[in-house]
Formats: sequence, structure tokens, C-alpha cells
Amino acid sequence: MWRTARLVASKDLLIEWRSRQVTNQVLPFAGLTLVLFAFALDRDDITARVAPGLFWLATTFSLIVLVQRTFAVETSDGALDTLRVAGVDPAGIYLGKSLALAVQLLVLEVLLVIGVVVFYASNIRPAGIVLVVTAGLLATCGLAFVGTLYGGLAAGAKGRETLLPLLLLPVVAPVLIGATRAFEAAFGTRGGNGIRAGVEIADGWPWVGMLAVFAAVFGTAGVLAFGPLLEEA
Amino acid sequence: MTPTSQHDPSGGGQATAPVVSLREVVAVLGRFPALAGASLDVAAGEILLLQGPNGAGKTTLLRVCAGLIPVARGEARVLGHDLRTDRAAVRRFVGLLGHHNGLYGDLSVRDNVGFWGRTAGASDTEIAAAMSQLGLDGRLSTVPVSRLSAGQRRRTALACLLARRSQLWLLDEPHAGLDADGRDLLDGVIRQAVRSGATVIVASHELERAEALATRTVTVAGGVVLAGGSGMVA
Amino acid sequence: MSITVPNVEGEQLHARRAWMRQWRGVTSTAFSRVLGIVTLVGLAWLVIFGLVLSPEDEIQDSSVRILYIHVPTAWVAYLAFGVTALCSAMYLFRPAHSLTWDRIAGASSEIGVMFMGLTLVTGALWGRLTWGVFWAWDARLTTTAFLFVTYIGYLAVRRLGGSHQARARRSAVLGLLAVLEIPLVHFSVRLWRSLHQEASVANPNGDVKLDGLMLFSLMVGLVSFTLLYAWLVLHRQRVMYLEDRYEDADLDLALAQRRAENEENSRG
Repeated sequence: MWRTARLVASKDLLIEWRSRQVTNQVLPFAGLTLVLFAFALDRDDITARVAPGLFWLATTFSLIVLVQRTFAVETSDGALDTLRVAGVDPAGIYLGKSLALAVQLLVLEVLLVIGVVVFYASNIRPAGIVLVVTAGLLATCGLAFVGTLYGGLAAGAKGRETLLPLLLLPVVAPVLIGATRAFEAAFGTRGGNGIRAGVEIADGWPWVGMLAVFAAVFGTAGVLAFGPLLEEA
Repeated sequence: MTPTSQHDPSGGGQATAPVVSLREVVAVLGRFPALAGASLDVAAGEILLLQGPNGAGKTTLLRVCAGLIPVARGEARVLGHDLRTDRAAVRRFVGLLGHHNGLYGDLSVRDNVGFWGRTAGASDTEIAAAMSQLGLDGRLSTVPVSRLSAGQRRRTALACLLARRSQLWLLDEPHAGLDADGRDLLDGVIRQAVRSGATVIVASHELERAEALATRTVTVAGGVVLAGGSGMVA
Repeated sequence: MSITVPNVEGEQLHARRAWMRQWRGVTSTAFSRVLGIVTLVGLAWLVIFGLVLSPEDEIQDSSVRILYIHVPTAWVAYLAFGVTALCSAMYLFRPAHSLTWDRIAGASSEIGVMFMGLTLVTGALWGRLTWGVFWAWDARLTTTAFLFVTYIGYLAVRRLGGSHQARARRSAVLGLLAVLEIPLVHFSVRLWRSLHQEASVANPNGDVKLDGLMLFSLMVGLVSFTLLYAWLVLHRQRVMYLEDRYEDADLDLALAQRRAENEENSRG
């Protein structure tokens, strides 16, 4: 299973490296959403405070695009079919694609963080870096696991593409909540109408725990469920 | 190139056990019975040609044998596995080349053959040998597949199939898109595979060439196999 | 397709019973009729108690009566969710993979979505009448809304087509994934709202003292809605069974048609 996963992951990343679709198309898209948020909100005093939320919103929307991309690669020339016939271990395919998706997401997030710092004038407290990195990694794993799982369900056949956002967005809500709160703790900002003025970094760690549970639960579920979901009929 | 693990789950000893054995198989695509009671026996080492008009069910027959389409009625055994209960298990030993090539356009020929070969456990030498057998080593090997001609892509797909060293080859219109040289190459590869122990079923419209290649021909029409299907030498 | 009734004589009674089981199913049994009647009685009782007999609440007066609908629908919505999840598990983990489990899961989800929608609407109305807000971001409401959307997705997946087994497999996996998802959503929303330390102004389901006749009316509501749910699921899964059979029969017809065409072609 791990060998297959490694092969599939390197194949996916190699495709991305050669085609540069993520870097050329998805990254600008994500950056654009950040800008559009600023247009829509139109309150300079707020943007710094809601920056973590906007960051994760942009990431979530980009996730949908990335998942559709990772499966479009398979269905364009019937490779998904071939993967099925080839009897390649579905759990290995799942882990491999999740890994590749996570890597692409991480690249995206790093650039988005830079974007957030630039556009929204946020400051990350140096003490909060560990929290940011941990939360970011765990949230990314969770997003990649869930995205690959539901993407596999929605892959291929006609009429399924619009199904992906409908299925995926409710499920990633916990990640959105948890990651945003963790980032708020790290940035030292507070969004919404909270009563407390500032946020301690220690407040972020319970959320990190939740993100870890989420990633573990859905990673396991995906390994088990991907095979049956991949079957066409 | 010998097939992976001389596979014989039927308990060894039966040298004449058919590789494929279908009895009155019904398979549906949506609401339509693409196969309406097909019966077929294929012995080991045969090169079987499926001929017939479009829509006859040749493609469906191949996909059923590959374990992709479930058997709604009838009995079906491929390489000793019962397709009604254990469709997924047969896939590792079967290689299907359908209408699509199943290639990754952004990757080079070598990357594609390498990926498909390695997921089946092939070594680097076997992968290189597969590529050279289909004339894909040298300049072509590093070209992204999307930039190749249709014929070259077909050959790449065949190289992927060859690298997987399957025991049963299911080829759907393999000659389509190949030029004369490519077709000669393909015939050579098929014969070589059979010599190494594989069995091949080809669905083709290229009657002359395919009939010269095949050891036996059956006609598929209206979702059934017409005369010539069963009756293998016991 | 004509249905012929075997005549009832001696040893053919057995054949007739088999025929009845096949064609008339569980929905024409006495049990089903009794269930339906009891449900109607229960609902009528609820109307009487809820609208007429039970007293008005001190603070909320008549608007508290929505509670007699809202709480039962919420209960049924979650019950339906549980049944769907349970049947999904039964389908997947039993070796027989009987489609009956899949059909019950599907029927339950359809009824569940309906009740969940009702819950959200009645909850919003009640919230508006009593607290002046249609919505509040508390864990229960938000989780219900999420469950609603998840079920809509589930129903969409059920309609993707393919063989019955494929539909069953896909839906069962999705149903079980929902079981994983909902607690996570609930937990994270609860943790989230606890940060906000709001006064429990907009707490739609609390702060209503129920006792005596009001409590009794609520119980009547719970029981009769549960019976209603059971009756609906029973009948809906029967319809789904018939739909599946119709599709299978369709196959026979299509097969016969194809074979007839082949005959003509070989003759002509």
C-alpha cells in the first residue's frame, strides 16, 4: 500500500511539475479571492482581524478547484479506468493522491500567508509560529484527506462535478472553524464580536487537538472507504 | 517477457482449464442489456479475435472479462476467479486496452510506462524492454505524451500493458490509429506475449490483418456470441 | 404484465401465501394498517391537546404551541439520521449485502430530510416569535442545518445511477461518513460558541418550563410523530422495492426485445 502511495504521489506531483497548472492558475485564483474579500468588506480596520478567516476561506475554495484538478487528470484519458483494471491497491491510490494534494495545498498556503500579511497588514507573533505551522499542517492533512475521498466519489461521470462542493463544504466546516481559531490565537487577533480583547497563544492548542482528530478520523475512513467508492458499478 | 506468477487458483493440474469461461452472461449498461446471454470459452495461449458490427457488445465483453462491469446473470470465470463474487481479484492478472489509452498527457513516455509498470511490480529492465519492443526508446522516450501522434500514443499504451506482464490481454481495436509499421510491431508484440504464456483476446474491425494474427475467430452480434464461441478442445 | 392468482385449494394455499408475500409485501399487512390508524389517532390527539387543551405558557403564551411540533420533528429528524446510519452499516457489514437495508436507509433519509426542514422552519418561526431572531449560531441549530445539507448531498448521490448494488454501496459509505462528520461539526461549533460568552438570549430550545399537561402534550407529540415516521418509512421503502423490481423487470423486457431483434436480423 505504501509503495503504491509513493508511486501515485510522485506521479501526481510530477504531472503538476510538468504542467504547472496549480502554480499558473490556482495560485492566482487564490490570491484574487483575497483581494476580492478586501473589496467586499471595505473596512480597513477589520481586515487584519478577520485575516485568518479569510485565509482559510480562500484555502477552502482553492481546495475544491485542486480536488477537481487532481481527478480531472485521471479521467481525461481514461486513466481512472486503467487504475481500476490494473488492480492497483485503492488504499494506496488514496494515500498517494492525498499526499500530492496536501503538498500542493501547502505550497498554496505558504503563498497565501504571504498574501495575507501583505494585503491585510497582519502580523504574526514570533511566539505563534509553532502554532501556525502545526495547525496549518494538521488542517492541510484533514483537507487533503477529505478532499480526495469526496473527490473520488464525485470523479468522472457526467453530472458529478457540481456534487463536489455540496458534499465537501459541510464536511470541511470543522477544519475551517478550528484552523481559523488556531490562527487567530497565533496572530493575536480576534474576529467577530468577541468580548475579550486579545487572544493568548495557549488558546489555540485545543483547536489543534481537534484538527488532529479530524485528520486521523478521515484519513482512516478514506483508506477504508476509497476502494468501494472508486467502483463504477 | 513472462507473465507475473503463473497463476492457477483452480488447484493446479488442469492444463486445459479455460482462461475465460462465460455461460449465458447478461451485462447491463444503464438499462440496456449490452450482453444478452453470451457464452464463450477461451483456452490458454489462444489469440482470439472478436469480430462483429458496432454495438454488438464486443467492448462490453472485454470489460466484463476485465472485471470492470458486473455480471448481472449467467456464470463467468476468468483465470479461475468467479466474476460474480470476486470481480476485483481478477484485475491484477488482466490487462485491458480500451478506446482510451489511459495515459497521463503531461508525463513523458518513460514516465507513463514507468508508472504503470512499477504499480504492477515490474523492474526497471522490464520497463526498458517494454519500451524498446514498441520502438519507444531513444528520442521519443522523453516526449510528453500529449505531443505524440495518435499512433505513438497507442504504442505507448501498449508498452504500459506489456510492462505489466498480464496473463490475459484484452485489446479493443488495438490497430486503430497505428500506421503499417506500428501494426507489424503490434502483431509481433502479441505473438511474443503469447509465446511467453499470455492469452490474448482482440476485438477488431481490421478483419484481414486480425484474422491472420488470430488462432480463432468468433462473431459477436446483438449481445450474444454466435457460432464458434464454445467448443474448445477439452 | 398480467398477474394471475393461483386458486386456493389445499396444498396450493402454500403457493398463494408465497404469491402474497411477493406481491403484497409488508405494507398490506394488518400491522401496517394498525400502525396507520394509531398514528392518525395520535396526531389527532396531539392537535386537540396542543391547540386546545394545554395551557399557555406564562411568558410566551400561544407561541409555545409550536414547541409541540418543533421538538417532535427535531427528534424524528435525528432518529431518521440514526436509522440511516445503522442501516448503512448493516448493508455494508453483513455479507449478504441485502438491498432491503439500503432501501430502509434511503427511505429514512428522505423522510428525515423533510422533518429536518420542518424543524429548521418551525424553530426559526418560534425564535422569531419569542426572541425576535430567526436564527442563532448555537451548536444544536447549526448542527441541524449541517445535517440537513449533508442529507441533501446524500440524496443527490443516491440518484447518481448505476446498478442497485452500486447505489447501495455508495450511499452506505456516505451515510457512515456522515456519522463521523456530524459529531465533529457539533463539537467544533460548540467550542466555537463557548468563546463568545453570549447571554443565553437566543437559546431557542431552553428556558421553557414544561410540566403537567404541557409535558403530556409534548409526549403525545413525540410518540405520534415517531409512529408517523415509522409508517412513512415502511411505505416509502416498499415503493422503493417496487421501483427496483420494476427496473429489474425492465431488464427482462429489454433482454427479450434484444433477443427478438437478433432473431429478426439473422432471419432477414
